[in-house]
Amino acid sequence: RSKLNTSLLLNRTKLPCCFLYGILLLLGNTDVLVLSCDLITDVDLYKVVDLFRTHDATLSMLMKKAYEPTEVAPGQKGKKKPVEQRDFIGVDDTGKRLLFMANEADLDEELVIKRSILQKHPRMHIRTGLMDAHLYCLKKYVVDFLVENRTITSLRSELIPHLVRKQFSAPTSLQQGLDNKEEGRKKKEQASLDIYSFIKEDNSLLKPAPDNSCWNDHRGDMNETLHEGKVRCYVHIMKEGLCCRVNTLGLYIEANRQVPKLFLNLGLEEPLVHGTAQITDRGMVGSDSIIGSSTQIGEKTSIKHSIIGSACTIKDKVKITNCIIMNSVTIEEGCCLQGSVICNNAVIEKGADIKDCLIGSDQRLETKGK
Amino acid sequence: CGSSGPSPTAPCLSCTGGSRSGRSVCLNGIPSFHMSPTVAPHPASPPASANVPNDNEKPVGGKSKAELRAERRAKQEAERAQKQAKKAELGQGTAPAKPRLTPTEAPSVVKRLPEHVQVDDPAAQRKLAKKLERQQVPLRQDYGTKVNLFSHLHQYSRKKPLTQQMSIPSTVIHPAVVRLGLQYSQGIINGSNARCIALLEVFKQLIRDYSTPPNEELSRDLVAKLKPHISFLNQCRPLSVSMGNAIKFLKKEISCLPDTLREEEAKEKLQGTIDNYLREKIVLAAEAISKSAFEKINDNDVILVYGCSSLVNRTLCDAHMQTDRTFRVIVVDSRPRLEGRETLRRLVRRGIHCTYVMINAISYVLPEVSKVLLGAHALLANGSVMSRVGTSQIALVSKAYNVPVLVCCETYKFCERVQTDSFVSNELDDPDDLIVLRKGQAQLGGWAENKSLRLLNLVYDVTPPDLVDLVITDLGMIPCTSVPVVLRVKNVDQQ
Repeated sequence: RSKLNTSLLLNRTKLPCCFLYGILLLLGNTDVLVLSCDLITDVDLYKVVDLFRTHDATLSMLMKKAYEPTEVAPGQKGKKKPVEQRDFIGVDDTGKRLLFMANEADLDEELVIKRSILQKHPRMHIRTGLMDAHLYCLKKYVVDFLVENRTITSLRSELIPHLVRKQFSAPTSLQQGLDNKEEGRKKKEQASLDIYSFIKEDNSLLKPAPDNSCWNDHRGDMNETLHEGKVRCYVHIMKEGLCCRVNTLGLYIEANRQVPKLFLNLGLEEPLVHGTAQITDRGMVGSDSIIGSSTQIGEKTSIKHSIIGSACTIKDKVKITNCIIMNSVTIEEGCCLQGSVICNNAVIEKGADIKDCLIGSDQRLETKGK
Repeated sequence: CGSSGPSPTAPCLSCTGGSRSGRSVCLNGIPSFHMSPTVAPHPASPPASANVPNDNEKPVGGKSKAELRAERRAKQEAERAQKQAKKAELGQGTAPAKPRLTPTEAPSVVKRLPEHVQVDDPAAQRKLAKKLERQQVPLRQDYGTKVNLFSHLHQYSRKKPLTQQMSIPSTVIHPAVVRLGLQYSQGIINGSNARCIALLEVFKQLIRDYSTPPNEELSRDLVAKLKPHISFLNQCRPLSVSMGNAIKFLKKEISCLPDTLREEEAKEKLQGTIDNYLREKIVLAAEAISKSAFEKINDNDVILVYGCSSLVNRTLCDAHMQTDRTFRVIVVDSRPRLEGRETLRRLVRRGIHCTYVMINAISYVLPEVSKVLLGAHALLANGSVMSRVGTSQIALVSKAYNVPVLVCCETYKFCERVQTDSFVSNELDDPDDLIVLRKGQAQLGGWAENKSLRLLNLVYDVTPPDLVDLVITDLGMIPCTSVPVVLRVKNVDQQ
């Protein structure tokens, strides 16, 4: 509910570098908040941004405990969610500092954790049931780094794990002195692409103060606060509230199902059934169905747990259960629809019996189709 | 006197019992003046009717002792006022300079109280709310029930930061200032030196990013632009004395800028003066204090320190590294901040032999201590030392054991305020810090539900000057009573 001044809205979830360079020119000298356009959430944004500000973090992101969708999405014949997509997220005791991130697809058989992580953070909690909301606060020098480094093509799958790993690895310029073999030469080329070289010293406001300040993020060892690590990643894990990404059909349907329950919480004051909708039998419309404007619904039509868009025409004796019907759809008499998604401008002729289907836009279904 | 509320438990002998909650400051011997906001000063009228208990409100079972006393006092006041009215008619030369003044007769010197000690006064709070609204700074809500004696101070919760009410990104307040305010309120930057240094660095950045609007003068507009930021920082965490002095200095520098300078030159000049201030008053002062302080450390000394003071830590580390005297340190710590752990880490890292005790053990360790070295948050004009809560306790017990108490403090922390107690002006920290997790159970976890339980987390306390033996400053080693002299000299210098 915090006010967000969006200066730029992009329609793609994957941001290649050329886009970022353009953003760099537009934004100038500020840190960026990147969010994916398929995110629906009511998180208090200040919680994510405050982590970023307070600890002068390189990266701050949002995650939520994920729930498996229980019902199978229409159009997908009983495909189970593949297990390889599990993410292993390691956080410290406070639950705020992000220590470890790996996707099961990148791992062979074992989960490898570097010793340097455990030396600095003896207690780490590894969680698998978290969903990434793809909302990131990034420092300006990360954007600079991306512009220079052409090998990184995706934010989520490459840049973020790279940053999380970099927290505990020394800058490559230090390692350069150690080996003089061919690897040394390769590293020389990559030395300029190390993110540490992009961090400007004078921007770190924590620098003169920590000698005098008596705050330390850990205790029990002789190290300075934050182990003097320059790259720091933080995560805010939402426990309750709405946070879903609608990037797959199943999630889209699930989100639609949750919206009527959360209508009040989202602060929307419109009634679930729009004022201009003409409904003959009010009683046959379920209490958690949403009906858009200018929709006409005939007699003896029962609508349960469904979402119907605007300007639809639904004739008599139609049974609609668990459906998502978009705008300007015409449904003739006697149809029975269950668990389906019907896109814009479709026409469904009389007597059709549709179950767990996905009907595209402008389609026309013949009479008594199944 | 720290009497508060309508029924003072121990009425101060030199003042007349005030029923309205006014704050009074007792300067040694000079009687106190009550600020009654409801009663306008009126020389010839009888004393405020608020002082006289209403006859209709007598308890059924007869009058209590306090009420009888108040009635007698009121009668005396009425007679005195009549006498003075007669005198005034007869001869106007006799100024009412007698010590026994009625509370309504306030003479020329009327001290206005700062807002942060008037939290229970709705008029003052309304004024503050209006001012913040004008500056577009959100108002931070108080949290939890406060102990009665401290109901005039703010008490905030760390879990409800000010940024909750601000837009992202912040448009009114510079983002560096938002970050600083957050770091103050979450306790990431604490300690008066650290806070002041961070503040000046952020001000440098503010000045760098500032551009004079057309038809405005930099010297006037910049000060006006700084005000909302200062209010914001004040809302995040009450300003420390060191920060207050730095802000005063900066405002003076800005308003004294000559008009002939271009904007770039003016900004550079300002950044130069800020750097100078930082270097002279904080960095070099710390070096000077550390040098003179470790002259006082002899071989085989046992030094007691309390909490975490950047200056004391620096002194001890320098003494260990630059001289070959052997000494050991006893670090005293207290809840809930437990700052002594950080001192311990820094000293042990240098190889200094340390002992760590809690504050309740000081009477056990003091017989073996040769001197006590303390840091200060501020030095007040009557020589009192304002420092972390617990300091006055250590000074008191040390006095009982005849152990010399040395306070290290830079001159920029000297303040013209006078305080003899820790109640009038203090800071209340988040009471939830006192909740402790033991074996999975949070003791005091449900304190808010219990109506008769209040938690108090004080931050500062005031040590009287007779408990302190020496103050080590960058001007040399002075006794506590010379602080007003230093302040006077400083004022002359600045003018």
